This record gives sequence, structure tokens and C-alpha cells, in this order.
Amino acid sequence: MKKLTATFAGSLIALSASVSASYADKLTFYCSAQEEWCQLMARSFEEATGIDVNMTRKSSGETFAQLRAEEANPKGDVWWGGTGDPHLQAAEEGLTEEYLSPMRDQLHDWAISQAESAGNRTIGIYSGALGYGYNTDLLAANDLPEPACWKDLLKPEYKGHVQMANPNSSGTAYTTLASMVQIFGEDEGFEFMKGLHKNINQYTKSGSAPIKAAGRGETTIGIVFMHDAVAQAVAGFPVKVVAPCEGTGYEIGSMSIVKGARNMDEAKQFYDWALSVEAQNLALEVNAFQVPSNTGAQTSDKAPDMSTIKLIDYDFKTYGSSDERKRLLQKWDEEVSTLPQ
Amino acid sequence: MRTDTTKKTTHPVLIFWIIAGWVGFCLLPWYMVEDGLWSFGWLLDGYPFDTDYAPAAFLIAKGEKLWLAPLLIALALPLLALGRRKSDPVYARVLILAGALGFGWLIAQGFGIGLRGFAYDWLNALFGELGDRQFGMGYGAMICASAFLFLLTQGIAARGAINGDVFVVGAIGGIITIVTAFVFFPIAKMLFAAFITEDGAYSIAVFFAKFFDNRLWGLGCLWGARCGAAWNSLFLAIAVAFLTTLLGLAFALVVTRSGFRYKRALRALTVLPIITPPFVIGLALILLFGLSGSVTQFVSDLFGVQPTRWLYGMPGVLIAQTLAFTPIAFLVLIGVVEGVSPSMEEAAQTLRANKWQTFRTVSLPLMRPGLANAFLLGFIESMADFGNPLVLGGNFDVLSTEIFFAIVGAQYDQGRAAVLAMVLLFFTLSAFYAQRAWLGKKSYTTVTGKGDAGVHPLMPNGLAIPVIGVAFGWALFTIIVYAMILYGSVVELWGVDNSLTLKHYVTAFAIGMNEHGIHWAGSAWDSFWTTIMIAAIAAPLTAAVGLIAAYLLTRQSFAGKDAFEFGTMLSFAIPGTVIGVSYILAFNVPPIEITGTGVILVISFVFRNMPVGVRAGIASMSQLDRSLDESSLTLGANSWQTFRRVILPLLRPAILAALVYSFVRAMTAISAVIFLVSAEYDMATSYIIGRVENNDYGLAIAYSTTLIFVMLAAVGLLQLLVGRVKIGRRTQHATEKAQ
Repeated sequence: MKKLTATFAGSLIALSASVSASYADKLTFYCSAQEEWCQLMARSFEEATGIDVNMTRKSSGETFAQLRAEEANPKGDVWWGGTGDPHLQAAEEGLTEEYLSPMRDQLHDWAISQAESAGNRTIGIYSGALGYGYNTDLLAANDLPEPACWKDLLKPEYKGHVQMANPNSSGTAYTTLASMVQIFGEDEGFEFMKGLHKNINQYTKSGSAPIKAAGRGETTIGIVFMHDAVAQAVAGFPVKVVAPCEGTGYEIGSMSIVKGARNMDEAKQFYDWALSVEAQNLALEVNAFQVPSNTGAQTSDKAPDMSTIKLIDYDFKTYGSSDERKRLLQKWDEEVSTLPQ
Repeated sequence: MRTDTTKKTTHPVLIFWIIAGWVGFCLLPWYMVEDGLWSFGWLLDGYPFDTDYAPAAFLIAKGEKLWLAPLLIALALPLLALGRRKSDPVYARVLILAGALGFGWLIAQGFGIGLRGFAYDWLNALFGELGDRQFGMGYGAMICASAFLFLLTQGIAARGAINGDVFVVGAIGGIITIVTAFVFFPIAKMLFAAFITEDGAYSIAVFFAKFFDNRLWGLGCLWGARCGAAWNSLFLAIAVAFLTTLLGLAFALVVTRSGFRYKRALRALTVLPIITPPFVIGLALILLFGLSGSVTQFVSDLFGVQPTRWLYGMPGVLIAQTLAFTPIAFLVLIGVVEGVSPSMEEAAQTLRANKWQTFRTVSLPLMRPGLANAFLLGFIESMADFGNPLVLGGNFDVLSTEIFFAIVGAQYDQGRAAVLAMVLLFFTLSAFYAQRAWLGKKSYTTVTGKGDAGVHPLMPNGLAIPVIGVAFGWALFTIIVYAMILYGSVVELWGVDNSLTLKHYVTAFAIGMNEHGIHWAGSAWDSFWTTIMIAAIAAPLTAAVGLIAAYLLTRQSFAGKDAFEFGTMLSFAIPGTVIGVSYILAFNVPPIEITGTGVILVISFVFRNMPVGVRAGIASMSQLDRSLDESSLTLGANSWQTFRRVILPLLRPAILAALVYSFVRAMTAISAVIFLVSAEYDMATSYIIGRVENNDYGLAIAYSTTLIFVMLAAVGLLQLLVGRVKIGRRTQHATEKAQ
């Protein structure tokens, strides 16, 4: 069937190409990074190859839901960007295609290990460390000390000042939960979450909402990925970024080829191109502060300096699996979220 | 109709549909054309012999897709009816047989044979592998399907159903078919997920496990903890429905029955919230009343109190939703309040009732259909609203956001989403039945076509003062919120850097000139034109489908009418997210394969917004006396002429409401749209959300402000096109006085 679709698509393209010579190859591109980055990637790929790109931007959760719904008749070709978990889940469910890119030897180890944990159905394109940011104005107005570690957030004076996303709805918050379990061990990690729960003023639905609220002065501290906090600061909001002293977990933004893609060759072409130095350097133009996966690509000088951040050895294989995820989320639901605040 | 049956000549409608069927089968491409509905490249591209573009007749002649051949029998059969009298039993039998056979076979083959040959294992077991496949239905198949459907309804009409009325039977058949295809079918497909276990088996236990969840039904808020999402949604919806109905009635009374001088401004103001893209009201409220909001800061400086986060949770959502949905209540109520006949009120006064008694015992009871419909719409809107709880909800979980994050959140639990959707549906349906029970079987007819002169009496003073006060206060609040929004679009960074700038408008809507003429340089133009186009196509379709359905529901009686009414309300009662996902599930594979096109957007808008047309139509039509129809019918008009010449002109307020509402909603809807937009058909709202996610508040708000002005212009234009509302002779007095 996949073959049939491919041959059909191929013959259709050949047919239309024979009718009008100007008809170009095309690629349907699902993008889960920010709008401007997506636009720039699409345009630059068009310029580099002459392939027409149809880009649709949706969050990674939405794209994953769409891939599932479209499983019987895939419409997309390649899915680029967004946190790694949904890519791993898509790989686990067989929604994406296995591919070994010739570019792999140029990549950081973490990008390759992401690929290997998913049977080469996905690959890392950038990474970003977890941390938090605070609103400097509000911190001063409330006479609060500057926090520097995860455990600082448990102090009673921060009661009602901390915001994080709900792990049930946000991949960012799930990464936070899994990181705490890995940093402190499961029992102490859950004790930490229970202590944090007392200080939380709101569990938001979306992952980056806490730092946006901090930017607008609606909460003092927001637990998010550090590059999101940097983006707020660069946009002009009074936000300071903190890399917690105990060390921290991180996400690997990923890319996958849709299984049964109608334009498989173009998808692979995009895949290889997206791992190249010039494609990854495009991040510098659009205020994306993640660390690129190509060892030769540059990182923005405003981005958090990864060499000063203590990164834990995050176990993506274990904590990305749906069984472990279900277990941790259920435990959090029963032991943490029901506690009085 | 009576004249037709006596003549020997065949009814032209019959000839039309027979020809349409043959054209669809022999001339038009049977399957969907890959480049979209409006591209006609296929005419030059191998048509009619290329398999992708060939009509069914050519395919069969070439020995391909032979399962389409039985349709030829169904197409040939109606020819036997030609030249026969309508009263001839053969006429009816032939048409019913041909229509049912053709329509049934068309659907059976569409579902039975898909992209991978036979779609079901038992078909493979029965006939062996097919070795062929087919794509989604195209022009040819669609026209053939309509031809079969209307041949069938003509047959049924000829047998004497609904007094042999071809138009009414056809309308019923047509609406049932499209509602089934675009409402029941996708929703059933989606709700099925509630019974599927993780490994794909069916199980009822899964449903119960997810249904009796403490996060859904917990009553913790009674003792300080949190309540379940189901209770939260219910309490919120009742409060919002109550408040919006009250405010809507206040506005309607001020506009029709008071000496208040700035009625027109007030009327325009009430329309504002409805034309506001999502998130904008929420953001404005945060900047006013949030922890660092300007009002909060002012109050805290003045009284020295510590600012709090009171806005986040039920209070904020309640304010935002009341702000957003009061106009809907107003739109429904204004038609009804205007429609209450002054003669009745005058009769009451002649009988020495004072103003207050007249209002309480005559005017108000006659407004009951409007009040009930406004309450129902407010309740349903609040239940299905997604944007406001997302921005302002805090820890106050409601069903609609829970459903969204069950699908796209970290858990990816479609089964839970389906269960939550069922709970939500149960609430809205209960509200629907409660409304019907309250209205009962009383008559609310006031427009009778008989003596109907007079002017509405003013409200009694005891009522007028509080009503005008409330309306004025609320109007002032609306103005402040919108002033904030306008201001937000012309400052550098909302809430942080307040220097004035027009750069957001330039980024979004810059127009340049180059050698080809005007160059739409701004980043928002693409989605802007797409949105306008889709909304402009969807609005008249929505109004038409809605009003025809309303006509059938109020004026005709037929078996299954209740189920029919339920079907027309269903798509409205379900949150957009569920609609979005269910549309992808249902329409990404043949026989109806329309994902990624503009058509799916138009269809989703038509069926999502149709209920407002239906409600407004029902509310207005239950005020029109049946004697109007009857006299038209007695004078020899058929039911189509009666509908067009008598009922439709009297329905102008309802038509206007349906047109305005569907146009505006098509431009501002978000939750269903998130899943249905594609690269070529990006909508304004999904662009705005992308900007908000990216911290470009200025750009998002500048775009929203532009949309607000565009929609204001469009509403004004529609009002001009549909014409001034004139019901009865009395409005002449009223308008003359006003001018």
C-alpha cells in the first residue's frame, strides 16, 4: 500500500511534470517550533533545493494527534521540531519511518542516542535545559531572596509565587517531574514535588505559559525550559534565567519522517539538510536559544551557556516510555495534586 | 402541485434530477481531483480518458472500477417514470426503488472499497483480495448521490408523504443526509474511542474506569479542595447562561422600549465582543485585573491592599464569557422582543392593566421562546468555550480544556477525551430538553398578518431605570476593555514598554508596490484573505441550511422530528476540539476525503454555526401565525413559494442574525480550526495563536484589531444587503419616528 501510494504520487508528479515543465517537486512539512523559525526553515529549504514546501505549524502535541488521526492516509512528509517525547511516542506507535542519515557523524552524541532509543525513527535537532525564570520587578517588590537551586523553591516565603505546568497536559512539566525523580531519586523527588505543590499558585495547561505569566508580572517564578525564559528576557520582559545548582534535566527537540510519506525522497532530502550546519545556524536569526545538534553549528551568545549548566544523564529510554510515564503521572496525581495547598 | 398531478407532462424537477444523475455519471470526473475543487486543470489534462479524471461511464467502458456498474440500473430506472402521472403507483415505486438502490449502493461501495482495496476483512474473506482501490468522491459521485437522494424523496412525496409536497420532502431528505454525513458520522467515529482499550480491543470497562474518575466528579470544593471538571463546567455554564440572558434582555429592552438616546451606539457596542478573536478579551482582562494589572495596581495603591490573583479561576472565566456571549443572547432576543405584537400590549392596556402589569403578564411571557433559546445558547457556548478557560482558568478545570489536553497533552488519551465529550454532551442535551419542557406546547404567535398596527409601549419606570443602568454600566465596561485592546496594538510591548508605535500593523499588513503592481508584503495577508474567503462562503450556506431546518421544525410534522432537531443542535454542543479531531478521523479517508482543503473548513463552519440559524429561525418563526402560510397555500402557492414569498421576508431579523453570526464565527473560531488548517488554508486565528505563543502580543492584537474593524464593516454591509427589518405595519411608525 505504501508502495502503491508512493508510485501513485510519483506517477502523478511525473504526469503533471510532463504537462507543465515548471511544476516543481513538493514537500509537506509539519513544523512544531515557533512560527518564524518554521517559516525560515521552509523558505531556506525552498531556496536551497527548489522544492516547494507546504508548511503547517502546530504544537508537538497537536501534530502528534494529527499524525495519529491521519495514520490510514498520511498527508504530511516530515515533522521537524518540538520536544522529543511525542516524537518518541510516534516512533513507538510506528507512525514514523526509520531512516539513517549520512549526516549522523556530524552530530552530538545526545542526538544519536535519541535516535537509537527510538529505533532510528527520530533524531535530535536541538536540546534545551530545564530551569526556571523569575520576574525581577516582582521579586524586589515582594522582598524575596534570589533563588538559585531547585530546593530554594521549597522555601515558605515563595508560597503562592511559583508557577509550573500540569504534567498531565504538558511535556515540559513531565520532564520536570522525571528530572526531579532522576536528580533526587524517586522518593525524595516526590517529596520535592509535594513541597513545591505548597508554593504553586497555578498549574498551567501549556508548558511555556508559566514564564509568559512571569514576564507579564502575573507570577514571580515560572518553571520552564531555559531557552523559553531567555526568549522572554530578549523580548524585553524583566525576566532573569536560573540554571539550578543541583543540576537539571533537558529535552531533545527532534525530527521524524512520516511513515507512508507521499514525497519520501524530498522528506529525506529535507532531513539531511536540516541536520547540516547552515540549516542549524538559521536558529540564530529567529531568537531560538536551543543548542543545535550539529557539532559545527553555532549557539546564540544570548543562550544559556551549556558548559556552566550541570546536566544530568537524562534517561530518555526509560522516562520516555509510555508505561513509566503513566506510572509517574498517576503517582503524581494521587500523591501530589490532591494535597491541600 | 395540484395542477401538476392533473397534467400529463412530467414534473420539471424530476427531469432535472434525472439529467443531473446522468451528467454526474457520464460527464464529470468521478473521483476527487487532487488539486482541489476549484482547479479545472483536469479539463486539459487527459480528461476524459485519464483514470484520475475519468467519469464513471468511461471507467466502466475501459473495464475499470466495475463495482460502479450497478449504478447504471439505478440511473436507467427513473426513465420509466417519465410521462406517467404522479398519482400512478408505478411512478412512486420506480422512483423510490431507483433512488434507494442508487444511493444505497453508492454509499456501500464508498465505505466497502477504500485506499487499500476492501475496507473490511470479511469482504476480503468473502470475495478475496480486490487488487484495486479508489479515492475520495469527486464532482461526479457527489452529483450522482444528490440525484439519487432527490429521486428517492420525489418518490416518497408521490406516495403522499407530507401531502405530496416535493419541496418539503426533498428538504427533509437533504438536511437529514448532510447532518448525518457531517455531524453524526464524524462524532460517532470519535466517541467510539471511549470503548477502545490501549491495545485496540473493545471494552465497556474502560469506559466506566474513565467515567468514574475523581478528577471528573470530585466534590472537593465543598470542603476547600478542588471540584471535578464536570461540576465546574456545569456551575459555570448555568451562571453564564443566566447572566447573559439577563443582560441580553436588558439590552434588547433598552433598544426597543426605552427613550434612551444612543440606541444605535449601544447596538453596535453589543456586537463588539462577538467579533473579537479568542484570547484577546482574556489578555485585556489580565492587563486590567491581573496581579500586575492597572486596575489592581491602582486599587492596591489606593487602599494599601496586597494584590491577589483573584482573576484566575471561576471569576475571570465568568467575566470573560459573560462579556463574550451576551451579544448572542442579545441577537436572539432582539428579534423576539421586536416581534411581540403591540396590539396585544395595547389590548392589555385597554383592559386597564398598568404598564407594569402589561409587561409582566403579556410582554414577558410572549418573550419566553427568546429567553429560553438565549439561555440554551449561553449554556452551550459556555460549555464548549475553550479560549477563555485556557487563558483565565487558573486551577479551575473545565471539560473543554480537559478534552483538548487529553488529546494533545502529555497523556495522549483519546479515550478519556471521548468520555469527557460524552459528559459534556449529556449536560448540553439535558439543558436542551429542560428548555423544551419549560416552553411546553403553548402558542407564542404574535405576528398574524391581521390588524397589527401600533408602537411598543415603553417599559414601566420601575423597570426602565435598573435596566438602563445595567445596560449602561456593562456598555461602559465593554468600552474600557476595547480601549485597552486598541491601545495594546499601538504600543511597543504591551504592559512593559508603552511607547507608541505602528510597527505591528506594518509587519502584519504592509503593502508594497513592485513591477507586478500591488505586492502584499505583510506577513498576515495570506491568512487574512483565506479567512475572508472561507467566512464569506460559509456564511450564506450556514444561514440557508439553518433557516430551512428551522422552517421544517416549526412548520412541518414528520416522523423522527425530535431526533432531527437533536441532530441540528449536536455539532454546536460539542467543543470545537472534538469536532476538529473527529473531522480528521472521518474525512481523511474515502469516500469523503477532504482534509487539507478549504472545503473541510467551510463544512466545519457551516455545521458548527448552523444551530444559531436554527435557533434564531425557530424563535422568530414560532411568532408567525400559521394562517399566513395557509392563506398563501389556499391562494394556490406551493410550499416553496410560500416559504420564499411569505415566510422568508418576515424572517429578515433571523436571516441577518444567522448571516452575521456565521460570518463572524468563521473568522474568530479557533478550537476546531487548529486541527483543520493546512499550509494552503491557514486561518487568521491559528496565525494569531502562533503569535501569542511566540510572545508577539503586539502583532497578535494588531491583527485582532484589524479583524474587528473588518468584521464591523462586514456586519454593516450585511445589514444594508439584507435590508432594514420591517415586520408588520407598525415598524413604519417606529422608523419614521426614529428618523
